[in-house]
Amino acid sequence: MEKRVTFRGWLLPLLLIAPQVIISAVFFFYPAGQAIWQSLFIPDPFGLSSQFVGLGNFEFLLTDKFYRASFVTTAVFSILVTLCSMIPALFLAVLADRLIKGSGVYRTLLIWPYAVAPAVAGVLWLFMFNTRVGVVSWYLGQLGYDWNHVLNGNEAMGLVVVASAWGRISYNFLFFFAALQAVPRSVIEAAAIDGAHFWRRFFTIVLPLLSPTTFFLLVVNIVYAFFETFGVIHTITSGGPQQATTILVYKVFSDGFVGQDLGSSSAQSVILLIVVGLLTVVQFKYIEKRVHY
Amino acid sequence: MKKTLISGLALATALSAPLAASAQTEIQFWHAFTGRLGELVKAQVEEFNASQSDYTVVESHKGNYSETLNAGIAAFRAGEQPHILMVFEVGTATMMAAEGAIKPVYEVMAESGAEFDPDAYIGAVKGYYTTTDGQMLSLPFNSSTPVLWVNRDAMEAAGVDPDTDLSTWQKVDAVLEQLKAGGEECPLVTAWQSWIHLENFSAYHDVPFASKDNGFGGVDTELMLNGEAQVAHLSAMGQWAKDGEFIYTGRRNEGGANFRAGDCALFTESSAGYAGISSEAEFDFDVRPLPYWEGVGNAPQNTIIGGASLWVLSGHDDAEYKGVGEFLSFLSSTDVQAKWHQDTGYLPITVAAGDATRASGFYDENPGTDVAVIQMTANQPTGNSKGLRLGSFDQIRGIIDEELEAIWSGDKTAQEAMDSAKERGDALLRRFESANR
Repeated sequence: MEKRVTFRGWLLPLLLIAPQVIISAVFFFYPAGQAIWQSLFIPDPFGLSSQFVGLGNFEFLLTDKFYRASFVTTAVFSILVTLCSMIPALFLAVLADRLIKGSGVYRTLLIWPYAVAPAVAGVLWLFMFNTRVGVVSWYLGQLGYDWNHVLNGNEAMGLVVVASAWGRISYNFLFFFAALQAVPRSVIEAAAIDGAHFWRRFFTIVLPLLSPTTFFLLVVNIVYAFFETFGVIHTITSGGPQQATTILVYKVFSDGFVGQDLGSSSAQSVILLIVVGLLTVVQFKYIEKRVHY
Repeated sequence: MKKTLISGLALATALSAPLAASAQTEIQFWHAFTGRLGELVKAQVEEFNASQSDYTVVESHKGNYSETLNAGIAAFRAGEQPHILMVFEVGTATMMAAEGAIKPVYEVMAESGAEFDPDAYIGAVKGYYTTTDGQMLSLPFNSSTPVLWVNRDAMEAAGVDPDTDLSTWQKVDAVLEQLKAGGEECPLVTAWQSWIHLENFSAYHDVPFASKDNGFGGVDTELMLNGEAQVAHLSAMGQWAKDGEFIYTGRRNEGGANFRAGDCALFTESSAGYAGISSEAEFDFDVRPLPYWEGVGNAPQNTIIGGASLWVLSGHDDAEYKGVGEFLSFLSSTDVQAKWHQDTGYLPITVAAGDATRASGFYDENPGTDVAVIQMTANQPTGNSKGLRLGSFDQIRGIIDEELEAIWSGDKTAQEAMDSAKERGDALLRRFESANR
């Protein structure tokens, strides 16, 4: 029987949740409401006048085949970023978990990249892969591979994925590492005595026990890839070459803050909000069923 | 009692009024310059502040061109706008359409009584920022135009006479082939591809880039960059890219690093590249006029400018505008302009400043620094070569960049790419039209 604590009356509970409600209202509901309202207009940049266009902004976007293509680009980008940031993180966490000595040093070193802001990470990676002075592109050149992300869309995509995923590996590592520590030793030892080798133990015991963490990280990383990566894109490719790395959130940023088209930018953020909302619902409805708590 | 209080107040006001007027009026000036250019702007402002005691100009750097424009717009929305805002040429149509947000420069000058002669400014520079009936809306500040930079050492190393005539693209075409054959890995590189190879290309050949005199005639304009001349030029460049004779380095001026390091032989870039190239290049270089296609359009007509102008924003006091007028008049004065032109490689904005520079012997000591001036002023600008005035142009340039990349990578023909650029750009122009109806 679950133990429940109930409050008498309404005032105290309301007061207790008030800070959270107020913060959500001011920093989330109000701006989101503004975005929905503005998405119905084409305003001029200075806010001197605006034309009511109803759903015109949405029509303009959805009939644009380049905008529709950027959904695919975003999907590819998000999946790649999520995979490239979660798999290495899990691998590193498993290795660090097995260390007996010096795991503190490894942990600290592995967490460092998380402290680097996305835009700065973008510049770092861009510098390494710079087609003229980049260290990595120079070595690739020595190996006979002509690196040119300025014209090659796949290389550009690879570069922004790596730059976006890099800092996230640290974040994911932290969670995986903590979750691994929570896996009961006794179960693993029992399996080891029964003769299960390391990878067998990993896949049949550890991984299922990690599933709540994995699921949480999946949701969080997809949200990250959708919303927080425009700094990396802006510094490395500006969405190019052609539209190879124009993801939805980058277009929101560039149309709004470079192109001064606030109506279209608002409409795009509304669409993005719906997409991420749907994605999260899908994740909770279908994937969460397979999570063991 | 009450009466004395009121008269006391009135007296205090009367006494303090002249005091307030004698205190210095502050004028905010937001710009986009850092580094050497930032220092030069600061020096200009300090000189102005020292030259009189009525006004203090306060300069602040607000990021790159786009960021400065954004900062100005955001400040205007919040009612905290500066008096003077630097806006790059691409933002001209946006500013022009914002009638309630700006105070035209001709009006500021007329009201302030400061010295102002619109005819003193170089036509091709002034034309970009004036209305169709000749009223100057913003003050040209830093203007440049594309030229051809030549690495003479690289030419020689590839066995090509560095004095070869490079005035036409036909001749350049042959030279590129020779350079390639001579072992040069980067015969041609460019900066600002849309500005140089489409916008300036069109003006230089006197073919339209957009209808309605490139947008000067109204916001119901359409792109015409998929014309025969432009497509032929881009096809040739696409072929050079395919043959490894033209190396693409990026949408902005990334190619400058390659050229300054001596990696490339020919470089199409702004005349304002002078400061960087002259200080960094460890090779013998030349400035030549931008090449044109012999027999296409009316080439060579004149090239157009890039750079920024100063806009005066509305919502301030008359007394402050008087100071703005004084400051703008100071900036246009011959000595200030001549010094700016010689220090930066930007064009002089007045005819007198150009003459003063010539008289001082600067052009003789620094050969090639007058190429841009000659190229811009050679002919009276036509409807196709006055400049561009297109809304959402920052975004349209982005679209053009994308489509050009499709040509360089061989994914599209020049015709396909430009047709697509027109279709996508026109959609944005229609949006701009409806936002500014």
